[in-house]
Amino acid sequence: MTEVATVKDTYLAAFEAFERGGAGGSPGGLLGLRREAIARFAEQGFPTVRLEDWKYTSVAPIAATAFRLADGAFDSLPAEAIEALVVREPVAHRLVFVNGRYSAKLSSLAPLPAGARVASLAEALITDAAVLERHLARYAGSEGIGYGFTALNTAFAQDGAFVHLPSGVRVTEPIHLLFLATSLTTPVLAQPRNLIVADRGSEATIIERYAGLGDDPYCTNAVTEIVLGEGAALEHDKIEQEGELAFHVGTTQVVQARDSTFTSGSIAFGGRLTRNNLRVRFAGAGGTCALNGLYVPHGGQHVDNHTLIEHAQPRCTSRQLYKGVLDGGAHAVFNGRVIVRQDAQHTDAHQTNKNLLLSEGAEVDTKPQLEIFADDVRCTHGAAVGQLDEDAVFYIRSRGLDTQAARMLLTSGFMSDVINRITVASIREELDGLLLARLRAGQAARETR
Amino acid sequence: MLSIRNLHAGVEGHEILRGIDLEVKAGEVHAVMGPNGSGKSTLAQVLAGHSAYAVTAGEVRYDGQNLLELSPEDRARAGVFLAFQYPVEIPGVSTAQFLKAAVNEIRTRQGQEELDAIEFLAILREKLALVEMDQSFISRAVNEGFSGGEKKRNEILQLAVLKPKLAILDETDSGLDIDALRIVAHGVNALRTPDNAMILVTHYQRLLNYITPDYVHVLFNGRIVKSGGKELALELEAKGYDWIRDEVGAVEPLGAA
Repeated sequence: MTEVATVKDTYLAAFEAFERGGAGGSPGGLLGLRREAIARFAEQGFPTVRLEDWKYTSVAPIAATAFRLADGAFDSLPAEAIEALVVREPVAHRLVFVNGRYSAKLSSLAPLPAGARVASLAEALITDAAVLERHLARYAGSEGIGYGFTALNTAFAQDGAFVHLPSGVRVTEPIHLLFLATSLTTPVLAQPRNLIVADRGSEATIIERYAGLGDDPYCTNAVTEIVLGEGAALEHDKIEQEGELAFHVGTTQVVQARDSTFTSGSIAFGGRLTRNNLRVRFAGAGGTCALNGLYVPHGGQHVDNHTLIEHAQPRCTSRQLYKGVLDGGAHAVFNGRVIVRQDAQHTDAHQTNKNLLLSEGAEVDTKPQLEIFADDVRCTHGAAVGQLDEDAVFYIRSRGLDTQAARMLLTSGFMSDVINRITVASIREELDGLLLARLRAGQAARETR
Repeated sequence: MLSIRNLHAGVEGHEILRGIDLEVKAGEVHAVMGPNGSGKSTLAQVLAGHSAYAVTAGEVRYDGQNLLELSPEDRARAGVFLAFQYPVEIPGVSTAQFLKAAVNEIRTRQGQEELDAIEFLAILREKLALVEMDQSFISRAVNEGFSGGEKKRNEILQLAVLKPKLAILDETDSGLDIDALRIVAHGVNALRTPDNAMILVTHYQRLLNYITPDYVHVLFNGRIVKSGGKELALELEAKGYDWIRDEVGAVEPLGAA
């Protein structure tokens, strides 16, 4: 315990130094929020398994590691490794961050519609102070129990992506946000902070991707806040490909105004430990959200998806489809919490979590959590954990494909509906390839045993 | 083409087939009829290689090979096809994707060139018309949400695309209304050639109104107790299966399905 306390103290001391150094030039209100956040963190520290929301996911290894707060430094960047991750074909809009800091050199931005802003948060803190003052750290609260990671991020947040779409603006090309982690002698804690503000009637697709460039341990603690104005429509796809020894804690907080539409695709490949918090709050009537997720842990990977949808207003629709394919000794957690407030009449909420276990050693904990305070609502949920259907394997074999091909076909079929809901074709194709490679590696490992 | 001798097989120590003998030559259509529990579906599954059934005695030769030694996929690659009584759903995999993978695997194994997407689609469209299925079928997941009749038509579609030498149709007529039965039978008839053979496993005679078999065999308690021409099917239809029991003097009750 003393060790843990010591690590926490280093963050507290680091904050004092940060504050003395001007706290990253925070606009007035933000400094106050940072102070509140570090006070929360001092109080709560990192969550422990004694908390219901963290019961199945121990972050003790994160709490016990003296990570160096990322300051944008990196030893060297293997160009070919970046090339492999930065999609081969050029894209219109791509912001690249290395160890939490924006890299202008690796980024590219095509002209945007008038008024639209896509920039690093560090730049926006200067150029878009008014929008930041109004929105940054106003949604992903630090006050909740077990929100220590968000508090730590808010305290130190200096860089990340900033996207602002003024009313009626439609950005047709997807906006790619790529967060790369590379090795340093001391394990790094990168804390990207992203803010996406889509004003009334605006539309865009944003791909948020995290990738490790090496096999070294590091930690990403990312927070993304998404604010949708009336009638705005946003697709947000998060692809997590952290290094095999990395820790990833990602919190996405969405607030939806009246009649807005939010679609999320969350695909988790990497990391030794991944925890995704995806929270959506319907702050206006008539909104729609669709949260789709896929996790494919293998080996000793642990991946935990916690979703929270708060129906605070009437006539909102939420759909959740989370699927897992687990191999080796992997462990996955799905916790889907839906709160329907008293005024949220005519809520239509549906949640499905399905898991496919490819090995004896894999394990899933799945839990729907429905809290309904309104009486005229439709809320359903379903969860399943199973293995490949042997009758289907035989059926496919009877058509000439071998057992391996049959298993692959069934597994990719199982995953396809989540992938197919991502509207960016190049991302779908890339994900198909990555998933196939993951399945092939699993098959090969099974055969050598 | 197919030669079954003294085939004994069962599941979990319970013997279901008790000495089947059957000879099928190229160009022939054989109907295997029998009451519920007589072993009809077991015979079909054993020929396709389902691992739930253990063969305890006898042999099955197919094109000079020992069929029982082949894996299910190798049987398919050698030209054996089973139209399932209960076709299985494959969620997330379209009929087009599935059939293209299957047909190209079989073609490759038989030393033929793979079909490219355009060639494959052309064949698929032609065969869809044969079973009067809409284009939309091929982009739907295999059998998922299909009605009983659609599933059976999908089996015939697969049969038409894969062009096996030996097709075994396991109760393809069960659960079909008269229109679907006519479509299925039309498809099967169109696929008859002097080089291939078919075994129709059925409980009822009505399929045989549309597909005329060369031979009819009556399966009873795991044995073929009577064989004849197509008129045997009509006799069964008229008299039911009880007279067979009386004739063979079976003392055992008919098993459940």
